[in-house]
Amino acid sequence: MYKHILLAADGSENAVRAAKEAIKIASCKEDSFIEVVYVIDFDKSKSGVLHSSSSEALNLERRQKISKVEQTLKESNVSYKVTFLHGEPGPEIVKYANEQQVELVVIGSRGLNGLQEMVLGSVSHKVMKRVNCPALVVK
Amino acid sequence: MQSLKQQWFGNIRGDILSGLVVALALIPEAIAFSIIAGVDPMVGLYASFTMAVIIAFAGGRPGMISAATGAMALVMVPLIRDYGVEYLFAATLLTGVIQIIFGVLKVAKLMKFIPNAVMIGFVNSLAILIFMAQVPHFIGISTMTYVFVGVTLLLVYTLPRFIKVIPAPLIAIVALTVVAIFSGINLRTIGDLGTITQSLPTFIIPDVPFNLETFKIIFPFSISLAIVGLVESLLTAQIVDDMTGTESNKNQEARGQGIANIVTGFFGGMAGCAMIGQSVINVKSGGRGRLSTLIAGLFLMFLILVLGDLVVKIPMPVLVGIMIMVCIGTFDWSSFKYLVKAPRTDALVMLTTVVIVVWTHDLSKGVIAGVILSAVFFVVKISSVKIMQEDNRYFVNGQLFFASTDSFVDYFKYNEIKSNNIQIDFSNSRIWDDSGVGALVKVEELLKEKGIQVEVVELDASSKKIISQLESLSSSH
Repeated sequence: MYKHILLAADGSENAVRAAKEAIKIASCKEDSFIEVVYVIDFDKSKSGVLHSSSSEALNLERRQKISKVEQTLKESNVSYKVTFLHGEPGPEIVKYANEQQVELVVIGSRGLNGLQEMVLGSVSHKVMKRVNCPALVVK
Repeated sequence: MQSLKQQWFGNIRGDILSGLVVALALIPEAIAFSIIAGVDPMVGLYASFTMAVIIAFAGGRPGMISAATGAMALVMVPLIRDYGVEYLFAATLLTGVIQIIFGVLKVAKLMKFIPNAVMIGFVNSLAILIFMAQVPHFIGISTMTYVFVGVTLLLVYTLPRFIKVIPAPLIAIVALTVVAIFSGINLRTIGDLGTITQSLPTFIIPDVPFNLETFKIIFPFSISLAIVGLVESLLTAQIVDDMTGTESNKNQEARGQGIANIVTGFFGGMAGCAMIGQSVINVKSGGRGRLSTLIAGLFLMFLILVLGDLVVKIPMPVLVGIMIMVCIGTFDWSSFKYLVKAPRTDALVMLTTVVIVVWTHDLSKGVIAGVILSAVFFVVKISSVKIMQEDNRYFVNGQLFFASTDSFVDYFKYNEIKSNNIQIDFSNSRIWDDSGVGALVKVEELLKEKGIQVEVVELDASSKKIISQLESLSSSH
């Protein structure tokens, strides 16, 4: 089965559901691990830096955004790590997944911004089309 | 930290492309900031060229863009108005010297002591002042002026949805300049406010008397410029650090800013610093290394040499529209939420910073006032000690030091204590200095007079240490 699983996460409920599916798959094989990837938009950097007292505080604040996903992973016995990327969510996830040669990408079908998805097409759609490995889109 | 080779050649393709994009975006800003400062557009353009090129080599944050900036332009307005541009060049040199001294003294570390509230106030007041500087160029001039400002804003906000490769401001400038020229609409142009010389900057020595008199004139401006330049540069460096997920050398950046300003002063430019907006554009366009900053500076100069004649034909309303966009991008729009949600004292510090800057037109004064005010709030906050009573145990909450001893002593002085055998619990407190020890001794004596037995419990190791040090001191006398 899959050893290196990339779980794309944001603060949404769908990301939590995606995490649960990723855990199921990771549990099939003993040494497989999940890498939680959270993409921070470039435009969030300025206000993030302005409103936090240090880079450590900023990282903590961002980690809290995906705390539900992390909680779900902690409760399972699957090993995982969290990676922050910066840029546009879709292309960054694709680039990272292909560079790191992950074996499976798991992503929620829709994220936080519902309107944007209707207008511009979704991140999950972009990721599905462009990653070199199998992708699982979770409803 | 990356190796120097990586900082230069780790991202050649991305750096060249983003450098070209930034050069195009820099031209209107360099011109607009020159107009704000009250100097010829060439002063800002030369500064942007030399700042970018020198910082590419001397800076501590690869991928960050430095050039002529609005924050610096605002500070130098009175100097240019009262003494002329040669004094600006001299002040720019001195700014560089001061920044190098700051860099050597590792002042970058002090940035940690500038609270968020002050930094938020800094960017907000910067945005407000740049906007205010645009007002005379578009209010009450002509109807067509309003139309051109409006169309420019419409273009710069809608075009990026469709065209991503070419910066929207550039398209707006080219399209609207062509429209203005061929329609014959009467609009003020950049040429009406200054001249563009199509030549490289040359080495000059500022034409000022080198004496104490001159030094007294330029020194206050240079100090302000040095502070503003470092605050904005180090804030920008933090933002670029975050965007790229890499680290930077802040002290090297401070020294680099100094070197770049000295060179800029010798080549007829105005003092500059790092730019938040342009650095964000650079990183977004794929720039990561030093090469991107160098390309931005070189290509900017190349464009001016080749297209100088056309640049003067750009209508002022188009430039104003672009600067309004810059203001909107600079302003921290989450500030309104911050004003509601942040602690009252933080909100007050932020507002104070903005008000002082808008009032004095000097960002450094706002920063200094903001830092002092928040320091005062901090001292007030930690200088009160609260005491909670549970039976005959008295819990001290807070730090016991010279500023907080009064509230500690007063509690035991004015509160009636019923038990004649009490414990003072220091598990939530710490004694910091001789005043703290003195206050404890005073309270013990005070209670002894009333016939109350006191036992001090739960002192931490460092409090015990300072007490024993002072006791040994007093017993030796």
